[in-house]
Order: sequence, then C-alpha cells, then structure tokens
Amino acid sequence: MRADPRELAAIFCGGFLGAVARAELGEWLPHSASSWPWATFIVNVVGAFVLGYVVTRLQERLPLSAYRRPFLGTGLCGALTTFSTVQVEILAMLDGRHVALAVAYVAASVSLGFLAVAAATNLVRRGVVRA
Amino acid sequence: MSAGVLLGLGLLGGVGAIARFLLDGAVSARLGRAFPYGTLAVNLSGAFALGVLVGAQLGENAYALAGTGFAGAYTTFSTWMLETHRLAEDGRTRAAVANLAVSLALGLLAAWLGREAGGLL
Repeated sequence: MRADPRELAAIFCGGFLGAVARAELGEWLPHSASSWPWATFIVNVVGAFVLGYVVTRLQERLPLSAYRRPFLGTGLCGALTTFSTVQVEILAMLDGRHVALAVAYVAASVSLGFLAVAAATNLVRRGVVRA
Repeated sequence: MSAGVLLGLGLLGGVGAIARFLLDGAVSARLGRAFPYGTLAVNLSGAFALGVLVGAQLGENAYALAGTGFAGAYTTFSTWMLETHRLAEDGRTRAAVANLAVSLALGLLAAWLGREAGGLL
C-alpha cells in the first residue's frame, strides 16, 4: 500500500486534536476503579456519533472528498475514542470486585455507541442534518 | 498536565492514529474487508500495549504520553462501533455480534496479559 503523505498529515492532525480533547476531558472528570468512567464514556459515545455522521455523509450524500474522511474520521474520531482505555478500566473495576459496575459500563458503552452510529446514520440519510 | 506534556501527548496521538491507519490497511489488504480484522488487530495490540504500560507502573507524565497519547489514539471505539453497525445493517447479525464479543473477550485478555507482562519489567 502506498500512503499519500497529505492523507497521513490529515490523519496526524485529526489524531493530535482527538487525543488532546480526550486527555483534557479526562483531567476534568477523573474517576476511580469504583466510579463510572465518565470521560471515556462520553468521548466514546460522542465520537461514535460523529463518525457515523461523517462517514455516512461523505459516502452517501457528498462527492468523495480526499482529506475530510482521514482528518475527521480516521484521525479525530479514531483518536478521540479509545478501546484500550476501556479494557484497562474494566480490569481495574474487576480487581476491585466492582463486577456490576464493569458489566454496566461495558453494556452501556457498546449499546449507546452502537445506537449513536445508527442515529447519526439515519439522520444523514433522511437529510435531517446538513452542513 | 503541563503544556509540554499535552503537546507531546497530542503528537503521539497523531502518530498513534497513523499507526492505526497503516496496520488496518495492511491487515485488510491480506484478509479482506468482509470482517473488520484490521480494527480488531489494532484494538487487541493496543489493549495489550496499554496493559503493559499500566503493569510497568509508569510515572504520571510517561503514562500520559505513551498511554493516553499513543495507545489511546491508536485504538478506537468509534470505528469498532461503525463497523459493527454496518455489519448488522447488511443483515450479517452473527458477524456483528461476533465482532462485539470477540473484541471484548480478547481485548480484556490482551489487556490482562499486557499488565502481567508489564509487571515483570
């Protein structure tokens, strides 16, 4: 695969912003192993919604744009959201025997993340959201 | 968090996003895009890596850079959800459920193994 340097630059810029936004929210909303990880939860659900919007919009309702998807999708949403942090948070909950919290956190993240993609996709397809 | 650490965290986040793009592309080129193996490979390797960093008990700044910056941005929740949604939408319900279950089960295992390995460092 030959990578387009400008595409990589777009991914880098989006990744920079996404990581910084996630870190800043984490500073604002600290949590322990016995409390709900609001920062990770919020970035993941919001990022899933935005990615569902961006990808559907660029694939189905606009001509393909070369650098929006890498910047907004792969870069920003990809780096704003995180899978590894969720797994480490769950391990910490299980260490502290907060099993119900861990199960609720996984279930809520996955179901709301999925619904966020579905909602954004449907809004774009119905033409409810423009811009 | 100091401005310098935040800047470094952002730079490593950008590098993590590029690493995710390249590994996803390489895996998908070999295994195809019928099932999202690329994102699975990224998320499992990233969960292992973050586990190692936790197990190694890094200092606050080092963890912010390598963990929150690189590993956090390298792995992705949004793409995982998007790909699961598209599988379900295409009527491939079993593949969608498998994508959730396999990622979660192996992701937790990878993070745990990483943490054990990191504890040995």
